[in-house]
Amino acid sequence: MEITLDNISHAYGDTTVLQDVSHTINAQQIVCIVGPSGCGKSTLLRFLGGLEQPDAGRVLQYGDPPEGCLNPLTFVFQDFALLPWRSVSGNISLVLEDHGIRGARAKAIIEDVLLRTKLGDFARALPRQLSGGMKQRVAIARALAVNPAVMLLDEPLSALDSQTRELLMDDLVDLWTRQPFTAVYVTHNLAEAVRLGHQVVVLSRRPGRIREVVTIDKPLAEREFGDRDLEAHQKHLWQLLRDEARAADAELIHD
Amino acid sequence: MTEPKQRTGQPVSFRGGGFAPKPRRWFGAAVFVTLIALAEWGTRSGFISALTLPKPSDVLATFGELYTSGLLFKHLLPSLSRLAVGAALGVSIGVSVGILIGLFSYMRAGLVPLVAAIFPIPKIALLPLFVIWFGIGEGSKYALIAFGTFTPTVVATYGAVDNVDRTLIRMGQSFGLSWWSIVRKIVFPGALPGILSGLRISLAIAIILLVAAEMLGAEYGIGAYILEAGSLYDLERLFVGVVILSLLGVITSGVIALIERRLLDWRA
Ligand SMILES: Nc1ncnc2c1ncn2[C@@H]1O[C@H](COP(=O)(O)OP(=O)(O)OP(=O)(O)O)[C@@H](O)[C@H]1O
Ligand SMILES: [Mg+2]
Repeated sequence: MEITLDNISHAYGDTTVLQDVSHTINAQQIVCIVGPSGCGKSTLLRFLGGLEQPDAGRVLQYGDPPEGCLNPLTFVFQDFALLPWRSVSGNISLVLEDHGIRGARAKAIIEDVLLRTKLGDFARALPRQLSGGMKQRVAIARALAVNPAVMLLDEPLSALDSQTRELLMDDLVDLWTRQPFTAVYVTHNLAEAVRLGHQVVVLSRRPGRIREVVTIDKPLAEREFGDRDLEAHQKHLWQLLRDEARAADAELIHD
Repeated sequence: MTEPKQRTGQPVSFRGGGFAPKPRRWFGAAVFVTLIALAEWGTRSGFISALTLPKPSDVLATFGELYTSGLLFKHLLPSLSRLAVGAALGVSIGVSVGILIGLFSYMRAGLVPLVAAIFPIPKIALLPLFVIWFGIGEGSKYALIAFGTFTPTVVATYGAVDNVDRTLIRMGQSFGLSWWSIVRKIVFPGALPGILSGLRISLAIAIILLVAAEMLGAEYGIGAYILEAGSLYDLERLFVGVVILSLLGVITSGVIALIERRLLDWRA
């Protein structure tokens, strides 16, 4: 499934947050969105997932979601958003119950996604018993359970320490390599962006516009920690962002 | 480099700890026993005059008589059923209205001032009105207890719903859960800790109102028993009644603690 952002603009009160954002997210590709803090990345993601509506412009989807897809546009949140009163498998069955999937069918799906996210032994654990990295893996497992057409990830790894982040990035690459999915991945971390993104969209400071779209051709599976060409991309992205951040600082002084 | 000198270190003073009550099982019972022992000693030695306070052992004896005569359950059972019906009505309507106030703007705008207006009215003052509306029988007693538990339950419930993590609700929406599923599986369990702590207050109020309700036109019931003893200045029987009410309070609080431990074990 393909998604197009068509001239999205939005303001909260007097502050314009996004201006004329247009972009197409290709099927089975990961698009990373980077930009200065407060430039409207999370807002854009909420528009993509239908949790909020823009003042102007449209979000369009093309093509049908794949067979067996329960929830085409599926979020993974920065703070995990697990129900603390449900066990790991209970949190996953939560999103299946409403589709009438219970009993053996639910059990099969839950077992499969827990295996894919390496959580097989933790089905009965409560969220408070899990580390941050494991909680986010549960959230990813929950997203996989509904077989999404597009995954919308808002800084999914920012609450984690850097080692866990590396491991989870490897896990995401593995998941994608085995079964490519479409994803929009918002992050502050440029290393994550060049590691996971087929495209990196750089937003300007608020009001957020698309400053540049960087395409990275190297296949995900071949990318590695500390790759030369990835570092070049990362450096380029950093320059773009640094300019934006500087300009934002200067504006604050002149206010 | 200077020579390492012999220095005397001072231990860092400890300033952590506290602010985390732990269960101390028998201490509560010990407080009761000490107080009762003090009263017994005081009344026996004449330090406390017999008119001020009845002897605890006499109260116990009176309680024994009440039990052997079979009157205890004759008084207790109607009271318990009034308490159960009235509180069940008040709490269930209160929780539903509280959730509606927590979720809908118009409900909130319309009902919050109304609840604030009803809350401070002493419900006992309305007893004559309830008698006119629901008759002198059980109806008015149920209504009084239900009405009295309703308001604190509403306030506790909508406060608890306000405190439910909104990101969890957004998560539910983002997975396409139905409105009813979100209320049942996210809002209600998330609000349950607050609802249960409100329930402690509501049920204590229910016991207070039980006595008030039974003071009017009830032949049997703990309230009727206390009222009769009070009008005769029979302090022993008065205290028996009071002790039964206290026990009811301790038991309901214990039951809620039990429910909390079972339903809220996820809180660690
Ligand atoms: N519901 C809202 N009401 C009012 N203002 C909002 C709302 N949500 C976001 N904003 C404002 O819109 C701007 C963009 O917010 P958004 O969360 O999309 O930024 P972001 O790029 O995700 O930032 P960050 O990198 O810090 O996560 C911010 O200035 C924020 O204060
Ligand atoms: Mg954000």
